[in-house]
Amino acid sequence: NISININLPKNCPGTQSEQAGKVSSCEGCPNQKLCASGATKAPDPAIAEIGEKLATVKHKILVLSGKGGVGKSTFSAHLAHALASDSTKEVALLDVDICGPSVPRIMGLEGEQVHQSGSGWSPVYVEDNLSVMSIGFLLSSPDDAVIWRGPKKNGMIKQFLRDVDWGDLDYLIVDTPPGTSDEHLSIVQYLSATNVDGAVIITTPQEVSLQDVRKEIRFCQKVKLPIIGVVENMSGFVCPKCKNTSQIFPPTSGGAEKMCADLDLPLLGKVPLDPRIARSCDEGRSFLNEIPDSPAAQAYQRIVQSIQEYCSNNETAQSTT
Amino acid sequence: EAVGILDVDLCGPSIPRMLSAGRPDVHQCDSGWVPVYTDAQKSLALMSIGFLMEDPDEAVVWRGPKKTALIGQFVSDVAWGELDVLLVDTPPGTSDEHLAVLENLKKHRVDGAVLVTTPQAVSTGDVRREITFCKKTGVRILGIIENMSGFVCPHCSECSNIFSKGGGEDLAKLTGSVFLGSVPLDPQLSTSMEEGKDFMQSFPESATFSAISSICATLLKSLND
Repeated sequence: NISININLPKNCPGTQSEQAGKVSSCEGCPNQKLCASGATKAPDPAIAEIGEKLATVKHKILVLSGKGGVGKSTFSAHLAHALASDSTKEVALLDVDICGPSVPRIMGLEGEQVHQSGSGWSPVYVEDNLSVMSIGFLLSSPDDAVIWRGPKKNGMIKQFLRDVDWGDLDYLIVDTPPGTSDEHLSIVQYLSATNVDGAVIITTPQEVSLQDVRKEIRFCQKVKLPIIGVVENMSGFVCPKCKNTSQIFPPTSGGAEKMCADLDLPLLGKVPLDPRIARSCDEGRSFLNEIPDSPAAQAYQRIVQSIQEYCSNNETAQSTT
Repeated sequence: EAVGILDVDLCGPSIPRMLSAGRPDVHQCDSGWVPVYTDAQKSLALMSIGFLMEDPDEAVVWRGPKKTALIGQFVSDVAWGELDVLLVDTPPGTSDEHLAVLENLKKHRVDGAVLVTTPQAVSTGDVRREITFCKKTGVRILGIIENMSGFVCPHCSECSNIFSKGGGEDLAKLTGSVFLGSVPLDPQLSTSMEEGKDFMQSFPESATFSAISSICATLLKSLND
């Protein structure tokens, strides 16, 4: 049993805010004096610790979207599987969706628990060269709700980065919840002493999705996070019976293609809808293995290849500077 | 019925576009902020952060406390007027936004929550946690809706279960909740939302219309009981 030592008051203004330690909700909080003294606004020592800890992680990729339900976790999981199919590579998947951790199920790891050792928390291994960490592994029941405000979520993310014994990795993939809030700011801040290769942004073809994705792109620009490219999921459906294509989520404003053209961003690929993807995810199996010849799997493999190329170009660029 | 929609998805506000409300200015009056009305009859009143932003592509990069504060204002300072129903649309999760809405609505009566899932286990897996959130915060669960429940090919009428099948009903059974119904995947519904059109007016003959109407009827009945 791992106890999580995060004791922040209910309406904590945030340890970095102007009001830290000074408002009524701070009364009685053990951190009050510290916050009021301004010490918490100094750079968090964890940032440097994480910088050191992750120095042996060659490539870090964040998977983002402005919108929920577009297939981020599905993509993150399968990116991890695809990269780990090269047995010489060490790959890890970190799930920082604290309220809705889907990664354990998609990776077939439901019910697994995390172990603590001398060198920190051990991630859960799917394969010899593929490990996963998620708050899902810290919850004892599938009904448990993580009803946490921002500061507590941030603390968890810090622990995931600082206290997990990842080992030497070729790739660390970080799956995020939708939005541009605590989780996203924290992951970027806590990784600020490391090299992050960039973000892959997931969308569906609809304007309602793209609308939110444009905000995510602005977020990346604001925090100077490079964008590897955009993936358009749920891009058309081929009826298994009559083989006609339907656009279930019509790209009324030109889809990701137009958005990428407008914003000068790479469109890494378009993945069609395939009922077998949902089934594989529910059963915790990689659809890249289950249906390798499907248009969806082939689209994924091409996208993964683009990401690998981007990362190795980064490697070359870094080693020549 | 006079209805209001409060959109508390601050990072990804979709309500303005879906209801064709564009980016009108939000004005102040003596009793607070005036909501945005979708028509002259004022039958549908809206409030969303989408109306407060000059640049629609601007990201709202806020941590929890700031989100909590704005949601407090949305609940207390909007002059909703006389409403029969106030709907609150939330982002996914069980965090700041959800707690903020409940805390601010504490002094008013919250009739309950409608939970939306898709059929897959990956979805119902998260909704189980949302159900726990409702139970822990004392919010009555009015029922579960299964969205994206199958797709009928317009060419050959074959039904494909793109996002799996049956999860919503199973979830309702598992958690002792009411299953309100399923809504199929419908490109016409998607397009209507994109264009801010009223799908219910435009496609009254569709299976999707029947599904949504039946769910609404059940909901209204349980609200009035």
